Amino acid sequence: MINRNPQLNENGALQHLLTTEGLPLSMLLHILDSAESFVGVTERDVKKIPLLRGKSIFNLFFESSTRTRTTFEIAAKRLSADVINLNIAVSAQSKGEALLDTVDNLSAMNADMFVVRHAQSGAAHLIAKHVRSGIHVINAGDGSHAHPTQALLDMFTIRRYKHDFHNLRVAIIGDILHSRVARSQIHALTTLGVPEVRVIAPKTLLPKMVERLGVHVYHDMAKGLKDVDVLMMLRLQNERMKGANLPSAEEYFKYYGLTAEKLSLARRDAIVMHPGPMNRGVEIDSAVADGKQSVILPQVTFGIAVRMAVMSILTGNQA
Amino acid sequence: MQLPDAEKVFNSLARKIQADANKDYALVGIRTGGVWLAERLHQELAITKPLGILSVAFYRDDFDKIGLHTQIKPTEIPFEVEGAHILLVDDVLNTGRTVRAAINELFDYGRPASIVLATLVDRGGRELPIAAKYIGIELELPDEKMLAVKLGESGKLSLNLYVKNSTE
Repeated sequence: MINRNPQLNENGALQHLLTTEGLPLSMLLHILDSAESFVGVTERDVKKIPLLRGKSIFNLFFESSTRTRTTFEIAAKRLSADVINLNIAVSAQSKGEALLDTVDNLSAMNADMFVVRHAQSGAAHLIAKHVRSGIHVINAGDGSHAHPTQALLDMFTIRRYKHDFHNLRVAIIGDILHSRVARSQIHALTTLGVPEVRVIAPKTLLPKMVERLGVHVYHDMAKGLKDVDVLMMLRLQNERMKGANLPSAEEYFKYYGLTAEKLSLARRDAIVMHPGPMNRGVEIDSAVADGKQSVILPQVTFGIAVRMAVMSILTGNQA
Repeated sequence: MQLPDAEKVFNSLARKIQADANKDYALVGIRTGGVWLAERLHQELAITKPLGILSVAFYRDDFDKIGLHTQIKPTEIPFEVEGAHILLVDDVLNTGRTVRAAINELFDYGRPASIVLATLVDRGGRELPIAAKYIGIELELPDEKMLAVKLGESGKLSLNLYVKNSTE
């Protein structure tokens, strides 16, 4: 009981989506397969189905975000749920209300689901443990811990373009140290059976003992990109740079920024991904971001279908 | 219990539609059994419009009870629904709830000129005011028994009875 995965109920069904770590392969595939049918809905003229009609979904964003919040909002609306956006930085929290008090108050308004973004790692776990059964929590990014829906939409995108995970070399490039996206990606890629996951970054942007996650570490783009099928770029998180991890953005671009020249070292049919928002000219050159190997905008489109799938699966799994 | 030969029932259903086919129907099968029937009818009746496939999973009224467990294959409607005369095809008609969901979904693609229903088997246990225009056979079965059409490896259809899973 104590060691039980907090995302799953007694029957092993998904109650909350907090992290990709420890999610069984069957569940990852179930989410990806369900998302396929939601893509169909998003391509119709009437982009709405009645699945979550009458449900109330609260977007609790304690940290600013435009894209993630918007895609969650669109996903919920296309499922016919009612969405309430709370930008907590300018709300009750600034009056000193504790996190769980905020959650209790919204639960008293008969919330069915919370989508939580918070600067503190573990915030979504804390809320998931606190809410009564029947309320579902989706982690939309907590500190540098996890961002599972981003990782899932990345997996969905990879599968769409590469079809099979079992013969791929995937490189995650950039600020691994501060990236919740990278952690969630690594867990998902490993579970889905990708045989070789590489991380490419300067030593100062890698967590200690990152090899323990089962990745191959490279500090040099020329070596790391050789024979790679998928390049997953990360944003250089300036706002998280507390120490002097880098001399300058220009210096970073010179060694780790993805240019057409560096991209040519990967396989010719390699795809380039980025979770956004991009720092053009820092981690990625505009020519690559807008180039024909880039699947950055399809990622955004697929993100809606994947979030629809997650919301529907959670809502369908009553405690 | 002796079930009728699904192939014979299918032939009788196809003849009924043929005898009446004064409209240029667009065929839509409901996953999964209805799609097999619709594919066969599409050939047999030499329908020109491409075959539509409905997965009513997103429109069911028991989502709160059963959730989203099995893999859901997408809906594909490769013709203009607006103004079309649609022949909706399902294997077994009982409560009418699946057909209700199918009609709702079709309307999200446009406003059809008409929708009629063809079913291989009508069990008669209606809970909604829904009726089939073309029926292969009417069968009365005990409520706890589920009836489904199966597609054999030879491509032959058969009818199968089973007991409803108690966890559902």
